[in-house]
Amino acid sequence: MEHPIKLTVNGQAWEGSVLPDLTLLRFVRETLALTGTKEGCGIGECGACTVLLDGRPVNACMVLAVEADGCALRTIEGEAKAGKLSRLQQAFVAHHAVQCGFCTPGVIMSAQALLERAPAPSDEAIVEAVAGNLCRCTGYASILKAVRSCTPHGRTGGER
Amino acid sequence: MSRLHQYVGGEHLRQDAPDKVTGEAIYVGDMAFPGMLWGRFKSSPIASGRILRIDTARARALPGVRAVLTGEELDHQLGLYMADKRILARGVVRYQGDPVAAVAAESEAMASEACNLIEVEYEPLPAVLDVEQAIEPGAPLVHPDLGSYRYMKGVFHPQPGSNVAHHQKIRRGDLEKGFAEAHRVFETSFWNPAVPHVPLETHVVIARALSGDRVDLWTAAQSPFTVRHLMAAGFGIPHNNIRVRIPYVGGGFGGKAGINLEPLATMLSKATGGRPVKIVATREEEFNTLPSRQGLKSRIKAGVTREGKLTALEVRYLWDAGAHADYGVNIGRAAATAGAGPYFVPAVKVDSLVVYTNKVFGTAFRGFGHLEVLWGIERNLDMMAHALGIDPFEMRQRNFLTPGEPTITGEIFTANHGRPDLCLKTVADAIGWSERPREDHPPKRPAPIGGKRRGYGIASLHKSPAMPVYTSCSCILKFNEDASVNLLISGVDYGQGTYTALAGIAAQELSIPVEKVHVTWDCDTATQPYDWQTVASRFAVMGGNAVIAAARDCLDQLKAVAAQVLHAPVEDLVCENEEVYVRKDPGARLHYRQLVIGYSFPNGSSIGGPVIGRGRYIAQGLTHLDPETGQGRNALNWTYGAHGVVIEVDTETGDIDVLKIASCMDAGKVLHLAAARTQVEGGVIQGLGSALIEGFKFDESGRLLNPSFVDFKIPTAKDLPREASQHFIETPQLDGPHGARGIGEHPMIAIPSAIGNAIYDALGIQIHELPLNAERVFLALKHAQPNDAARP
Ligand code: FES
Ligand code: FES
Repeated sequence: MEHPIKLTVNGQAWEGSVLPDLTLLRFVRETLALTGTKEGCGIGECGACTVLLDGRPVNACMVLAVEADGCALRTIEGEAKAGKLSRLQQAFVAHHAVQCGFCTPGVIMSAQALLERAPAPSDEAIVEAVAGNLCRCTGYASILKAVRSCTPHGRTGGER
Repeated sequence: MSRLHQYVGGEHLRQDAPDKVTGEAIYVGDMAFPGMLWGRFKSSPIASGRILRIDTARARALPGVRAVLTGEELDHQLGLYMADKRILARGVVRYQGDPVAAVAAESEAMASEACNLIEVEYEPLPAVLDVEQAIEPGAPLVHPDLGSYRYMKGVFHPQPGSNVAHHQKIRRGDLEKGFAEAHRVFETSFWNPAVPHVPLETHVVIARALSGDRVDLWTAAQSPFTVRHLMAAGFGIPHNNIRVRIPYVGGGFGGKAGINLEPLATMLSKATGGRPVKIVATREEEFNTLPSRQGLKSRIKAGVTREGKLTALEVRYLWDAGAHADYGVNIGRAAATAGAGPYFVPAVKVDSLVVYTNKVFGTAFRGFGHLEVLWGIERNLDMMAHALGIDPFEMRQRNFLTPGEPTITGEIFTANHGRPDLCLKTVADAIGWSERPREDHPPKRPAPIGGKRRGYGIASLHKSPAMPVYTSCSCILKFNEDASVNLLISGVDYGQGTYTALAGIAAQELSIPVEKVHVTWDCDTATQPYDWQTVASRFAVMGGNAVIAAARDCLDQLKAVAAQVLHAPVEDLVCENEEVYVRKDPGARLHYRQLVIGYSFPNGSSIGGPVIGRGRYIAQGLTHLDPETGQGRNALNWTYGAHGVVIEVDTETGDIDVLKIASCMDAGKVLHLAAARTQVEGGVIQGLGSALIEGFKFDESGRLLNPSFVDFKIPTAKDLPREASQHFIETPQLDGPHGARGIGEHPMIAIPSAIGNAIYDALGIQIHELPLNAERVFLALKHAQPNDAARP
């Protein structure tokens, strides 16, 4: 039995029905065909599938699509506006905070949520915000630098 | 020389970053084709057993199921160095996780359900789980048919009738004399568990088996041409019938070298009449079925003079290959050649045995066995230094190879090989080694429990690329109308940053802005030029040389046409800043744009044509190793390095807080500073994972106990050292591009050794096993207490 749901996806209205056991991750990747959001484990342990629901980062593999009913859903595809990268995305490019890139969309969504919630986060808050996102390539240092560069105290800092 | 367009050693932006930060990057898992089916496999729940019966009737009857396969239908024996692997188990299963049957169905859920409906009845057989037990006479054989397998002859030496897939011998000098001359002889052993690669993207492939024995593959693999070659060899079909495409890959670290799920997806597609079949490994399958790093037991006997000079070394390495040793044999070979460390040892005997056991199998993993052998060698060196009362830094300096001395395989070390001594000095200085607290460090007896204690540790490393003697690489540079170029090359950049470094080399060589060099990211064996494999930290070196050759070929073509237009001899022409001009008449010049697709004279007549440069490079001067002595030349180059760490150990919990890590590599020449630095940053953290937390655990029946992120942790952003520094020495490699050597794997190699050495400095206890997790450290300290009841 499909359930009707209504939400906004990266600012655009979406209406349709979904099976009750469809995860938000499959909804995003398959129903919406937004493949920027990745699956790294499917059991809520890696953060590769991080999307924002009403501004809150969630592991999309652990949420059902029906739970997104009435929410504002944001995925990595909505972060660049009119072909221009967001400030955080630019920072990831500038700080070489990307290697294989598989964790990157999830990490960016987690960090973006933090920056919107607390525009001047402490270093500890930054670490905390991305601690649920596994990255096997970068060793995190460049990621933390990129996020820090988007905070008021990091703005002047730049590369070591 | 013009300072324009100098990129080598620079920090120009990664070419792949915009695709990856926007989610625009397409990985195989993101691809779908009309009519695509989902493949899944069922794997063995036991480590060793005979398959008595497989009943697939209920799976076949399930609506939506299009094909069901078992090992009985598949007659292929596959492998790169040792063809010891079947697509699906046949007759027997050899490890828990061994695929026994597979399904293709209309949806992933249907495929999973069908797998559940397949019934397999096993007769359990004795499993051999320990390498020492496996080499005992009479041990159960993991591969009774070893003698009939195809393998790379002249390089590997399997021993049919045993569990030994390869025995690498290295013999040099007079061992008896060496030990007789020793002031002291030390004997000790070490152990490394198997560790999985954990790329964030699990293995994934889409296959189409087309009419006329043709195959189309899209796969998350490291090496397009080796995938093609192994498919061709395994299926007995022409290379050109197979087309392999590799889009973005979500990390490899060696685990995606060779072939993995490609043959299974191909056979499923074939069984469905050619519908595309996609297989995505679950995270559990990634741990349980797909390969990991091999385990290693090392036994080291070393003789040293009173001054700490090594006189003799006798080592036995027992590699725990698991159920297949296709790649493992080469790790046992290559790591053995580095198996004495970067030191001069007058007399050496190394026996490196790659041993089958009934566990998930091993393959290449960043460092290719070197982290494992150096865990023993570098720990043992410290132990000897302490016993002799010599500073571990000084002990290493006294033993490093110096120009004119042979390595253990008889290669003469020269001044151009690099500076292991300077690497060590650099990290020692960076962590304040000479000012470290000495009083009560290392403590004379095991530190008492209570409070935190600091420790300093250093370790050296070296590694050369392990590859066949004929390994080669090629590059095509094709100019576009606006004088931009496309760089076609087939090493795969799955995150290392090599493509960005190569773009810099091409731009500098051609004297054009780096933004005008576009590396073609998606690799396609039908259109890209040949490369062997993206492994072994060889790609920047071999690819770099191929790019330089291709760029020079382009310049020659540009000059040849320009010479006719400018009426000047080719030798008098200079290419600079996208222009060709006459050296003594700089007013006579042409923009590349006027030349790259052909030059038109004012009257319309045209000469030249599209400029396409080709470059190639082949490893030169390599030889097979003598089967009895291991003497020969197997190293294209050696990269030397070192790590230094400062840690703080909580004696009440065994927790280790890493305060400082300094890393130094002799890169020859840093081709791209940001790529090099971030490779080191990432490699060091991966090394910390191996050092502190990672390792497979099996129960006594051979079942893997930690096949998920719940039970198997890798470092997170919370686990970073307080301070990490990356240093590079540049001793040019004579045949490297701009003098460069590979540095991709090296950053993780000696991290466990340095931490183990620091633990001794902090606590006065020697731990011989990895990982150095809190439990192990605490129990070791507790058992070392004088009044501990649990003391063995
Ligand atoms: S895929 Fe959702 S947390 Fe890993
Ligand atoms: S960049 Fe590869 S996992 Fe983070």
